[in-house]
Amino acid sequence: MTSPSGIAASEPAASDALIDVQNLRVAFSTPAGLARAVDGVSFSIAPGETVGMVGESGCGKTVTGLSLLRLIEPPGLIDPASRILFEGRDLLRLSEREIRRVRGRRIAMVFQEPMTALNPVFTVGDQIAEVVRVHEGASRRAAWQRAVEMLERVGLSSPAERAKQYPHQLSGGMRQRVLIGMALVMRPALLIADEPTTALDVTVQAQILELLRELQRDFGMAVLLITHDLGVIAETATRVLVMYGGEIVEQASMDELFANAHHPYTQGLLAAMPRVDDTRERLTTIPGTVPPPTAWPSGCRFRDRCPHAWDRTSREHPDLFVVSGSHTSRCFLAQEPERRRAVVAEQTE
Amino acid sequence: MHRATPLSYDVAGAPLDAPAPETWRRTPVAALWRDGGTRAALLLLIALALVAILAPWLAPHDPAAQPDIITLKNQAPSVAHPFGTDPYSRDVLSRMIYGTRVSLSIAILAMLLSTFVGTAYGLTAALGGRFTDAVLMRGVDTLLAIPRILLLLGVVAMWGSLSVPALIVVIGLSGWFAAARLVRTQVLALRERDFVTAARGLGARTSSIAVRHILPHVASPILVAATFGIGAALVIEAGLAYLGFGVPEPQASWGSILREGHDVLVSAWWLSAAPGAALVISVLAVNVIADRLRDIASGRHLPRA
Repeated sequence: MTSPSGIAASEPAASDALIDVQNLRVAFSTPAGLARAVDGVSFSIAPGETVGMVGESGCGKTVTGLSLLRLIEPPGLIDPASRILFEGRDLLRLSEREIRRVRGRRIAMVFQEPMTALNPVFTVGDQIAEVVRVHEGASRRAAWQRAVEMLERVGLSSPAERAKQYPHQLSGGMRQRVLIGMALVMRPALLIADEPTTALDVTVQAQILELLRELQRDFGMAVLLITHDLGVIAETATRVLVMYGGEIVEQASMDELFANAHHPYTQGLLAAMPRVDDTRERLTTIPGTVPPPTAWPSGCRFRDRCPHAWDRTSREHPDLFVVSGSHTSRCFLAQEPERRRAVVAEQTE
Repeated sequence: MHRATPLSYDVAGAPLDAPAPETWRRTPVAALWRDGGTRAALLLLIALALVAILAPWLAPHDPAAQPDIITLKNQAPSVAHPFGTDPYSRDVLSRMIYGTRVSLSIAILAMLLSTFVGTAYGLTAALGGRFTDAVLMRGVDTLLAIPRILLLLGVVAMWGSLSVPALIVVIGLSGWFAAARLVRTQVLALRERDFVTAARGLGARTSSIAVRHILPHVASPILVAATFGIGAALVIEAGLAYLGFGVPEPQASWGSILREGHDVLVSAWWLSAAPGAALVISVLAVNVIADRLRDIASGRHLPRA
């Protein structure tokens, strides 16, 4: 069934979803005022699916990821009216004890910086074994055994010896493998990978992405891949959420997004990607920066940087409109086909 | 043409057969020992500790015995009494030997107590949330505003003279405020580190994060502060004893011997000289070691690469 385009997208009843985030809002109180870092984000992920979340620094990606594990600490606060349904329970209404049993066991996270996300004073084997001991109360020996197996699984040679090494003895790529091992040792249903390859050099990036894909296939887990790099998304994800200004501004399958990006911000991101067949002297950029979350502009949050902004964009705040099928965009152009045709004509000129 | 095997960046890491980087020469203990002044200070403290432990075998006389309070009092140093005798005809050397035992054990145990309390307090404040933190730290600020000796006198005045365990508790419980502040500051910075968030994200509870992930990183500043704390406790104990709130007679500590000497300072200087010198030298030794530990903790002992 195809929805008519141009109408406000209704939230799909995602009963088969593994995780269903509804109207997530996260705010931080700062001296400059309330920073609404995540401002009404809704999405769902099916079991086994890989969803990419893309956007610039400061658009709310990482805070969204941390919220799913309820790792937001004061002065940050998740709006109590938000809902994060996971395996039939609302994560925001679990007790501290219950959420601890979800963290690392059902939902795990891999962080951006392999240099700092490992504790320098423990061996890497210890750090993986600790996760097993926390969740299973396994014996020291059994937990260690699991850690060694996991290190082998993430592709370290001589895992038994590597397990006895400290983080500073490993290279960046190896540390990221260890972090992935820590996250996956309990076989979680959902992995949140926050910029897992950003700190690594390109060849290692490709290896880590390949490893993630392989483990996802074998373990049958869902992945939320947070990145600012559309190239990483293209290699890995089946569906893409584009975030801007604390909101989702476009949502589509990967192929659809790359073929028919609708939101001017997404188009800007795609235009900024370097290509192999590039003849450009300089890469395209999107002018300006993300506005501070303490002062989102009224109306469309992208309008100050948008080449197509018109008076309506400063008066009204756009909803997510259906573009076609499951493709939605937070842009009034989806409602005004005449104007959209003019914009497209101008672009192809 | 020679073709290199495809280079995988990912196998780069320390070779598995590389020697452990913590060879003896690079350990903190070796660094402590290597420095001549620190080595002298260490040897001195070890000697003092041996004196304290072996007191019953080393002391030539019973420290409490008063053989003849009329004819043998305030005697100058001699072969029989190398440090002379006090106004009660007791042998000062024997009293110094037993006093070392009392002074050192009070200082060390009081330091352990204040380090423990201060660390626990600082951890709780830093990890307990903003409200807990505000309440706990305002409390410490208030206590830090009162001079330590005044605080102690206020407490001690209620008793007059205190037993050794009571002195340990009183001195220990008045010395942890700065340690609490130090630990809190360090932990506040540490808890924002990625590996702490990562541990939380993998399901670790706050108590295990505090003990396993945070405490090891605060160990070196705590060690430095605790070492300085021994020196401070030595001086505080002597001060209290000098003011008359020391160990009960006939027990001796350096401070109480000093007090007995002060009435006869002109006629029997040796009574004050021995405990005074012991205090100065041992506090100096402790501070030299603490200073060196601080350098080591900040990595300044390592050879420049």
